[in-house]
Amino acid sequence: MSTTRNVRGLLGKKLGMTQVWDENNRVVPVTVISAASNVVTQVRSADTDGYTAVQLGFGEVKPTQVTKPLAGHFARAGVTPRRHLVEIRTADAAGYSLGQELSADLFNAGERVDVTGTSKGKGFAGVMKRHGFHGVSASHGSHRNHRKPGSIGGCATPARVFKGLRMAGRMGVETVTTQNLTVHAVDADKGLLLVKGAVPGPKGTVVIVRSAAKAKGDGK
Amino acid sequence: MTNALDGIAAGIVRDDIPEFRPGDTLKVYVRVVEGNRSRVQLFQGICIRIQGSGAGRTFTVRKVSFGVGVERTFPLHTPIIDRIEVATRGDVRRAKLYYLRNLRGKAAKIKEKREPAAR
Repeated sequence: MSTTRNVRGLLGKKLGMTQVWDENNRVVPVTVISAASNVVTQVRSADTDGYTAVQLGFGEVKPTQVTKPLAGHFARAGVTPRRHLVEIRTADAAGYSLGQELSADLFNAGERVDVTGTSKGKGFAGVMKRHGFHGVSASHGSHRNHRKPGSIGGCATPARVFKGLRMAGRMGVETVTTQNLTVHAVDADKGLLLVKGAVPGPKGTVVIVRSAAKAKGDGK
Repeated sequence: MTNALDGIAAGIVRDDIPEFRPGDTLKVYVRVVEGNRSRVQLFQGICIRIQGSGAGRTFTVRKVSFGVGVERTFPLHTPIIDRIEVATRGDVRRAKLYYLRNLRGKAAKIKEKREPAAR
């Protein structure tokens, strides 16, 4: 199925959170995302690629560190090499041109966006933290099993543990999208996006900001 | 990278707030919007807590109104504060004066600080 929505997207670096005041003098918690100097490195079209998308490059990288094939790819777009590449599936990809610069003013204040990032690593986590299990009672004779998962299945039937059963293990460091965040303000001069609310991942990591998939009403 | 964050914080931090500490008696002039007109209301009491840093710093003022204790927490840099005046400097040995909540009348009085420079 081909993309029918017009999605605008940007790559940015999560700088951290702070708070600002809105017009009613209420506190607004915002995440600051630096989305300066995105460039279009490739435009995918239905004829040649089977789908429509626009490929964006972001972030500084030393030209000497770029492999020859990638260097050629960037040279074709007529831009200096970038650290990160990502494709934004959108119906109006033909409206973009190679080497075009995109900056934070792609989005307007008040718009709804989805932000995708890599969540913070939690290490080896138990079932209570990782899957929200309720654990075992703190008292009433419970002995050394307060945070255990309990039963993981029958004995003779089925005589095995089902695949995909939720257990303890590595948690975090996965791609997470937070949907329907509001863009509180855009600082076009500094290339900053102020998004209301929290965004996945630690500070300093790369996040993708896209037009919201499920925006209602005021969303564009 | 944090410079951008500091830049945003600097934009909302106010520089017209006087220095004060827990134990000080403050006069906080608060802008109140009633319908379409706004006026300035005085909230006077003892600062019992200062918490946080940077743009998110807050302070709590406690007063006893008609025998009922009232505490109000303000963001230090909130635009709704018209101005703050320090009425008296208090002589206290704690950063958080929660013990005042259990005291009534004369026991809840805070000694005034004399000659802050001498020591």
